[in-house]
Amino acid sequence: MSPSPEGQRRIEPPVTTTSEPFWDATRQRRLLVQWCIDCGRPIFFPRDVCPRCLGTDLEWRSSPGTGSVYTFTVEHNAQTAGLAAPYAIALIDLDEGIRMMTNVVGCPPEEIYVGMRVTVTWEALSDGRNLPQFEPV
Amino acid sequence: MAGLRGTSALVGVADDASPTGELELTGRALEAAMIAEALADAGLSLSDVDGVTHAMSSMGLAEYLGIHPRFTDSTLTGGSSYEIHVEHAAAAIHAGLCEVVIGVYASTPRSDRTRGRGGQGGRPMTGPNPAAEWETPFGLRMPMGPYAMAATRHMHQYGTTSEQLAHIAVSTRAWATKNPKARYRTPITVDEVLASPLQSSPLHLLDCCLVTDGAGAFVMTSADRARDLAKPPVYVLGAGTCHDHAMISQMPDLTVTPGAISGANAFSMAGIKPHEVDVLMAYDSFTITALLHLEDLGFCAKGEGGPFVEDGKTGPGGSLPMNTNGGGLSYTHPGMYGMFLLVEAVRQLRGECGPRQVPGADIAVAHGSGMVLSCMSTIVLGTGATV
Repeated sequence: MSPSPEGQRRIEPPVTTTSEPFWDATRQRRLLVQWCIDCGRPIFFPRDVCPRCLGTDLEWRSSPGTGSVYTFTVEHNAQTAGLAAPYAIALIDLDEGIRMMTNVVGCPPEEIYVGMRVTVTWEALSDGRNLPQFEPV
Repeated sequence: MAGLRGTSALVGVADDASPTGELELTGRALEAAMIAEALADAGLSLSDVDGVTHAMSSMGLAEYLGIHPRFTDSTLTGGSSYEIHVEHAAAAIHAGLCEVVIGVYASTPRSDRTRGRGGQGGRPMTGPNPAAEWETPFGLRMPMGPYAMAATRHMHQYGTTSEQLAHIAVSTRAWATKNPKARYRTPITVDEVLASPLQSSPLHLLDCCLVTDGAGAFVMTSADRARDLAKPPVYVLGAGTCHDHAMISQMPDLTVTPGAISGANAFSMAGIKPHEVDVLMAYDSFTITALLHLEDLGFCAKGEGGPFVEDGKTGPGGSLPMNTNGGGLSYTHPGMYGMFLLVEAVRQLRGECGPRQVPGADIAVAHGSGMVLSCMSTIVLGTGATV
């Protein structure tokens, strides 16, 4: 993803105490997913309690970072700093069973389709963190 | 489930918008004008009011008006807020907490911009905002992007086409030609919708609602008191609400809205089936929004919304008149449009709609949709013949 002509940077995500392990791992380009030990199920977005059982015994596990496109849109009239249209935003169903919003990069937007297999890739943020992006397998 | 059926009524309404997209008044002054008009419509005065609803600041409104209500509700769910206010007011009136409730909305985003003035200011976001972390960095345009994602998924699962979505815009514009206050009154074609600039794919510019000034108000009271007022009462027959996410990335299934639950509950309370609805006011922030409502409220099966709208049945003269004021797509859309659904439904049931009047309308549905397909609230309204 290239910066917009104005050279503005993309809006960067804040870090909360809850999500700090997620963002720290992105410094090594590792994708972590939170799991509830009681339920044995993955959680996204990161929380302090499991949204199913309210359990607090949660842990971070490495994700293979593979999944498929659940849905997407290609933005043709961008109004967001740091992103030059056209660019694609998608909801990705990761194979372990969570859904996350991201960009699909590495192919022309018109080649993206629902069900397309994708894998995680990374875009550098200004503070050493990396933002998860997905590209075709 | 009888619930609230027929226990309260909408007895006064007002709304305002303009073909220019701009109104002279703004803020509390515009709200007060709407309240005055709705109270006059009901034959009531401010001193009768003992309940206040407002999606931002019921306390601030009451202070401005110098009243001291014993029922207050500042529920904010985006565009469905006003349907929820009616639901809550109906419950409060039925429970004896209050007797006369006003609700009001005014927003002037277009003239605020052209005249360089600030808005009144909304309620600031409180509490954690996970979207800043998990959605905003990816550049999803709001609010269009989430609806575009729903459309993409619906097209994938059911073969829905951009042409079918365009039919909703065309039928809604046909209604707008009959509303002198509508922003856009020139008929459009499917080809024109498809030729309008692509925004967040697959949505074109003419799949999207307007950004205009607009305002409205309602007055509600008990069924007993309603019978003695200026206009024929429009009874609340059923009400239902449901929400299942705040961020689009947390919506369980982008082809099924919580309207499947709010609608079923409201219809059950009212004791009606979809085929009995004479006028459907279904929030059309985007064409896909209205299509999902048609399916989730049971006017057609899930996935069949595309073929359902193709023959123009939601337009003038069709079997399911939908968004007869011209909708958010062509009449007005100041941001939280749910108020206008209620006002038009009431006027249709009173027979006040002139060239766009649906003959003999006895049952109307106002189906509000808030945030990003997040919170649905369904109000079933009926004439005296239905209670």
